[in-house]
Amino acid sequence: MIKKFKRQKLKLLGFSFLAFLFFTLNTATAFASGGGDGEKVNISEMITHHISDSHEWHFFDGATLYLPVILYSADRGIEVFSSSNFFGADHKVVEYNGYLYEHGHITPTDASRSILDFSITKNVASLFLTAALMLFVFLAVARGYKKNAGGAPRGIQSFFEPIIVFVRDEVVKPNIGPKYERFLPYMLTLFFFIWFGNLLGLLPGAANLTGNTAVTAVLAILTFILTNVNGNKGYWGHIFNTPGVPWWLKPVMIPVEVVGIFTKPISLALRLFVAITAGHIVLLSLIGLTFLFHSYAVGVGSALVVTVINFIELLVATIQAYVFTMFSSLYIGMAIADHDDH
Amino acid sequence: MLFSMLLDAAIGVMGAGIGAGLVAIGAGIGIGRIGGSAMEGMARQPEAAGRIQTAMLIIAALIEVVALFGVVVCFLIATADPA
Repeated sequence: MIKKFKRQKLKLLGFSFLAFLFFTLNTATAFASGGGDGEKVNISEMITHHISDSHEWHFFDGATLYLPVILYSADRGIEVFSSSNFFGADHKVVEYNGYLYEHGHITPTDASRSILDFSITKNVASLFLTAALMLFVFLAVARGYKKNAGGAPRGIQSFFEPIIVFVRDEVVKPNIGPKYERFLPYMLTLFFFIWFGNLLGLLPGAANLTGNTAVTAVLAILTFILTNVNGNKGYWGHIFNTPGVPWWLKPVMIPVEVVGIFTKPISLALRLFVAITAGHIVLLSLIGLTFLFHSYAVGVGSALVVTVINFIELLVATIQAYVFTMFSSLYIGMAIADHDDH
Repeated sequence: MLFSMLLDAAIGVMGAGIGAGLVAIGAGIGIGRIGGSAMEGMARQPEAAGRIQTAMLIIAALIEVVALFGVVVCFLIATADPA
């Protein structure tokens, strides 16, 4: 019985390895056809294009989704148009309606005008997609609990129950303490949003959602607000009147502690951003090697290495979601802990 | 002459490479120490191997991120506009 199970597991692993390899080779050939013949391929430009936000969603050559551009300016009001207007014949970037599209940013040609850009960019679209997927999955899970209350979990519910229980019992409860229940919805949302975002970002042609500083900064700011709003007397006392420190050391301690309030969310945001973005950079650089060397042998070699790294990225996607949730609960736990043990 | 050499973009790219190498050394030491300690712990207490392995992976991921900082900084310097 166990042997059969193990063989099935191995089969599954082998199958997923092949699937990844196929994806990698597919991506590689897409780049090869895009590079043109004899023309020098600019690898770093390709990588920058892949990890940054843009107004069009380029899945592969021949399939591009042009996303809506929404601009607000004082003199013209709200303007909505498709980003395909910026692309003229043979994909040359052209000026449209007094706006220029350069390096993923829209700027007015008239330098004296200023605009606010509310466009649905690739990352925003990917954010909506993640939100829709999470709503779909977790509404189904919640429905499951309503339907067979007290019974054994069924279907998609049985996949997510162990993960939810893991986050509650291993991540949130030990770090926040007895008053964890108030923060559990936020922590679960955080964990699953980062996890889903990381995994969706690994798909070929996907956006780099959780590897965007704006997204990670918003998540960190939410934790920052929760930490400081819920901070009790002990928390602020430790910052402005650290117990057990002689008075002449206070002028040094207080600035250090105040800076500490802000370094916590910054480290949260940077860690997630770097882990995901650097993963993409490493994958794309290894694929890019093929086009630097112009050789099939290097192509096969880098496809194999990239496949292995893709598996590590799956692990990193989960660990980063775990780490972000764990540190968030740790910070909140430190802010609401009872400090009468001194 | 030294000043103009220091301003050369190529030297900057070289610096990025050297810095990334130094980061790799640091991360290597860190992950090596974690791996060594985890192995020792598992050998001493094989029944706790599962929990030790999970904790080891998490800490290793934290250190790996520090190494990836090197990758990102190196990438940013290498692709920076020399102007």
